[in-house]
Amino acid sequence: MSFGIPFAPEQASSLAPGVDHLFYALLAFTFALGIFLSALVIGYSVKYRAGSPADRSGERSRSAPLEIAWTTATLVVAFAIFAWGAVLFMGREHPPADAIEIAGLGKQWMWQFRHPGGQREIDELHVPVGRAVVVSLASQDVIHSFFVPAFRVKQDAVPGRTTHVWFTATEPGRFHLFCAEYCGTEHSGMVGWVVAMQPEDYAAWLERQGSGDTLAQQGEKLFRALGCSGCHENSTAVRAPDLHGVYGRPVALANSQTVMADERYLRDSILQPAREVAAGYEPVMPSFDGLVDEGELQMLLSYLKSLSPKEASP
Amino acid sequence: MSERIGAVPATYMGEGSGPRAWLLTTDHKRVAWLYLVALTVFFFLGGAMAVLIRVELATPAGDLVSDDAYDRLFSIHGIIMVWFFLVPSIPATLGNFLLPLMIGARDLAFPRLNLASWYVFIFGSGFTLYSVIAGGVDTGWTFYTPFSTMFSNSYVSAAAFGVFIVGFSTIMTGINFIVTVHKLRAPGLTWFRLPIFVWTMYATALVMVLATPVLAASLILIVLERVFGIGVFDPGLGGDPLLFQHLFWFYSHPAVYIMILPGMGVVSEILPCFSRRPLFGYTAVALSSMAIAIFGFLVWGHHMFVSGQSAYAGLVFSFLSYCVAIPSAIKVFNWSLTLRKGEITFETSMLYALGFLGLFTFGGLAGLFLAALAVDVHVHDTYFVVAHFHYIMVGGMVTAFMAGIHFWWPKITGRMYSETWGRIAAIVTFLGFNLTFFPQYVLGFLGMPRRYHAYPPEFAFWHILSSAGAVVLALGYLMPLFYLGWSLFRGPRAPDNPWRATGLEWKTTSPPPPHNFDETPVVDGPPYRYPLAEDGA
Repeated sequence: MSFGIPFAPEQASSLAPGVDHLFYALLAFTFALGIFLSALVIGYSVKYRAGSPADRSGERSRSAPLEIAWTTATLVVAFAIFAWGAVLFMGREHPPADAIEIAGLGKQWMWQFRHPGGQREIDELHVPVGRAVVVSLASQDVIHSFFVPAFRVKQDAVPGRTTHVWFTATEPGRFHLFCAEYCGTEHSGMVGWVVAMQPEDYAAWLERQGSGDTLAQQGEKLFRALGCSGCHENSTAVRAPDLHGVYGRPVALANSQTVMADERYLRDSILQPAREVAAGYEPVMPSFDGLVDEGELQMLLSYLKSLSPKEASP
Repeated sequence: MSERIGAVPATYMGEGSGPRAWLLTTDHKRVAWLYLVALTVFFFLGGAMAVLIRVELATPAGDLVSDDAYDRLFSIHGIIMVWFFLVPSIPATLGNFLLPLMIGARDLAFPRLNLASWYVFIFGSGFTLYSVIAGGVDTGWTFYTPFSTMFSNSYVSAAAFGVFIVGFSTIMTGINFIVTVHKLRAPGLTWFRLPIFVWTMYATALVMVLATPVLAASLILIVLERVFGIGVFDPGLGGDPLLFQHLFWFYSHPAVYIMILPGMGVVSEILPCFSRRPLFGYTAVALSSMAIAIFGFLVWGHHMFVSGQSAYAGLVFSFLSYCVAIPSAIKVFNWSLTLRKGEITFETSMLYALGFLGLFTFGGLAGLFLAALAVDVHVHDTYFVVAHFHYIMVGGMVTAFMAGIHFWWPKITGRMYSETWGRIAAIVTFLGFNLTFFPQYVLGFLGMPRRYHAYPPEFAFWHILSSAGAVVLALGYLMPLFYLGWSLFRGPRAPDNPWRATGLEWKTTSPPPPHNFDETPVVDGPPYRYPLAEDGA
């Protein structure tokens, strides 16, 4: 910071320093090469301007060794940058096992977040410092994108599927949350704050939000209200499979394929139940497409996940 | 130069005047003029919208136009600039005019198809303009689903259908160029004697013919889903929104190369001419155009690293993106080395070409950041991307277009223009461009998202710089309109070869006769045989 002019975003997550190292390394390389080429072109322009006394003997219009050399050098540098970026990127795929899972929902033009304890907030997301947080993202309408510059994370929220983004906040503070995917009229108003707090402050904040049902309990109520329990409960699991322990395990299908019962499978089975029917059951389940919205789906998924022991989750 | 017997030699410009003689012409040189007039109108229309956008963004609050009006402004700015200016820009004007001249042909292979392509272009772009007048379109030029199909209340179908129609004009031009290069080369003009401009036109034409149908298909699917509710992209109808992104970028990434390869061709002609040196590494430059055209089809997924696409697909697309960077880097090195041991002069078109070299390099280097997966996660959909593609598309392609227009203006019009004004415009453009777009790199790194009508005040400093730059840049682009306009009617007569350039187009008169050459030229050596014997070197 100089004269109040910002040159770089804050670093407030465990990912930010790694991304910035790569960014600044690229910046150094870019300026080195850019300045070298500029100096070369400007130098030649001055030295070999028409009528200058510079020596022009030994000119040539091709040089195989030179061309091979710079092609090879470019290849090596390019693949090194690729590898560096790729290694950092793949970290996105593997959130720590003890991460807090928060359900995030984008809709025109707001963000809604629900904590595991059932606390709900709009356009603000409170998270503890030093603890990994996974935000599972869904969208009620068009594509949105969850972007926290200070954390160097971004992930689109795509209607019809669940995506994930994780981070560990390292600094307490209020950080911009932007929607980064153009989503219509008030796209630039779809902004909010991520509030990173010390763990004890976070606990106190959760407390203040009131202790109603957890997200899974809300899902369970919905599970009964929608009549799912009529067929899927233990006692009645004749027409439909019992759902305890299903999440995170392979499921044999009637078409003799096997799929992993992940969020995608559970979500599709609620909205398009005839598509992947579990082996041994008739395709009698009605579709709940249009009957449950994305927020309710997140509650149901939270409940179904709670029926599986934690270590079984993929 | 060529001997002139009798009074004034017949030129294509004197071959009948009046609307019929121009609007029903099949002469590639006149069709080039038809395109040039239409594209100039679109360029300034799209540019005016860019100026409005920058004026709005001079303050953090969205206080000049409404949210909806802002969304319509950037959408139509993108649609006009991409499809009604950049894609046809150099191919349809300079390419149309020069391709037959450069290979010693009398016209393109299909002169009527060439004229038809212009009418299709005018019809399609007019259709889209209608949608703007009727109420606008607010999807951005990218038409992302399901916003464009199920949620937008603007004239999406009309706009998309217009672009769909314009696609046919692109395909017609592409086919025409491919056949012309294959079949109409002068005796002795082998592939490796072709000027690089012809190589890049050929590579561009291949991409046009192969990629544009995919765009057509995706736009039609949008119209089908929007109008008839046929579920393709909307998950509510059983579709997949990411399918659209795959289809769209399968066209639109190669389209980036449609938009930059011709610019590379132009500077490959100009740098050797004003350095009085052959192009360094001719074969590598020629083949790298083809490599770009081929690899360009394999990198579309790098627009989708955070879209929900599989991370492993992301890895592959990132790797391939670095592969496509290599031929571009090779070209930059070769252009730079072309200056070595030359006798360099700095005419207007040379200044533009050197400007291209700098801006293209700094735009291309920003691509290294964007292709690096972890960095892209941060800068994707921010102003960093906006800066990157404007450096390539405006700093690269538009600068090359200006370079080419100035270089071949004496050939096209038979008139000279003021070098002083030309040089001033080239420098003003270069400075204005950097002032406009360099701050956007910083904004992107800071986290300023694209397509934001209002923004937090901490970004204001860089936005103000950028908006100030836009005013300078606009001046730089307006100047040629005046001095070239003056030159067209009042400029001094141009000799046949004012720059002492090689290339068959300079062997005929300025402006050329309707049939281009009195005798079919015969080629007996490689291009760029600088310095010429008459240079006295």
